[in-house]
Amino acid sequence: MVTTYRPITLREALEIRSQARTILLAGGSDLMVRQRVWSGTIPQFSNPVVLISHLKELQEISLTENILQIGAGCTLAQIINDPGVPAYLKLPLSQMATPAIRNLGTIGGNICNSSPAGDTLPMLYALDARLTLQSKESARSVDIAEFITGPGHNSLQSDEILSQITVTLPGCSRYFYRKVGARQAMCISKLSFFGLADTLTEENDSLIRDVRIAFGAAAPTVIRSREAENLLKGRRCSRVPQLRGDILACYERLLSPLDDLRSSKEYRRTVALNLLDNFLTNDLQRSCVE
Amino acid sequence: MSDTINFRLNGEAVRLTVPPLKRLVDILRDDLNLTGTKEGCGEGQCGACSVLVDGRLANSCLIPAALLAGRSIVTIEGYRNSARFDHLKACFEKAGALQCGFCTPGMILAAEALLCQNPKPTQADVRVALAGNLCRCTGYNMIVEAVLLAAREGGKLWSQPTGL
Repeated sequence: MVTTYRPITLREALEIRSQARTILLAGGSDLMVRQRVWSGTIPQFSNPVVLISHLKELQEISLTENILQIGAGCTLAQIINDPGVPAYLKLPLSQMATPAIRNLGTIGGNICNSSPAGDTLPMLYALDARLTLQSKESARSVDIAEFITGPGHNSLQSDEILSQITVTLPGCSRYFYRKVGARQAMCISKLSFFGLADTLTEENDSLIRDVRIAFGAAAPTVIRSREAENLLKGRRCSRVPQLRGDILACYERLLSPLDDLRSSKEYRRTVALNLLDNFLTNDLQRSCVE
Repeated sequence: MSDTINFRLNGEAVRLTVPPLKRLVDILRDDLNLTGTKEGCGEGQCGACSVLVDGRLANSCLIPAALLAGRSIVTIEGYRNSARFDHLKACFEKAGALQCGFCTPGMILAAEALLCQNPKPTQADVRVALAGNLCRCTGYNMIVEAVLLAAREGGKLWSQPTGL
């Protein structure tokens, strides 16, 4: 059986990480299932386990002007219940798993799991989240899109701990999130879509100042096209119908969904483009008349 | 390899020497003979093993022993000594909200976790709060009705602490 560490401070946890190859265990909602054997026996881990979900240093949420910092050990429920966190950030979290699992699962765990269907990820990609990776001697900051390298893979080093997620909150006048699954609670996404826009109402029309679009479970990692977003930025909402074809084509090129037990690639591709079209038509284009 | 862990269980201090990754559901059922907590799926999907951890609902099949240190756990055995349990029990009976009973301990604790946060829930609130608790007899409508009934007729029960 492997050694299990329950460090008292982050510093102590980093010291343990610096000395041996270990597995970090935060909320346990994925790892305790993945490593389980059978009822009544101890889950089997191949490396020593470092428990981190109790560390106070990983549990703070702070908002200074428009910079939101979330400790990686915050549970989904903690973030959902925090009055400083904007609604568009809470929405994907509040549709994850079940109330009981939202009390255990952490945002840092969802990021480090790096699943293509990780439900915090499209929102975090769309918000250009930056991750603080702490080691005993130093810390580095990396963009989430660079951190996650493939399904289940990321650039976390064996001596590091993801300590904090930093988001510069954008202006937001519209947002749309849809998770597509077999049922509402406790399901792994077949596909998910996150769209956010900041429009400025002018006489008879609106200006698109900012727009962010991301898809989950539609490719090996989350898809976001700067090219498509740039086609929309600075344009009037009334122009969206003319741009629609080019935007859809941009994402169509990037979509490479899987065929698996949850869904087929044709279904995923069709629903992804329909959700994008819905966002363009019902959120962006309609902004020009509101 | 075992560690000694101190936590509170049903209002009392507990000191246990167990393997640090042993699951809470196994500690409750095998070490402490508290078999009111059921194991259904063992994967966090069914909610039969639900307990309250520091007042919040959690799946005991997902919690390793070492994470219990300093926490307060309430199982159905502890909760049944409360006036809230008596009231919920009466409402479950009145609404016919149980068939085989396997999901009931988890359902009752999920109802408690909801009502102590939100004493006047809507039907939608109840359905969200029970979303992680599966009933394979599929008596959901009666269970939802029982929780709504408990809220309607609960008076001030959920505005006072249980003492657990």
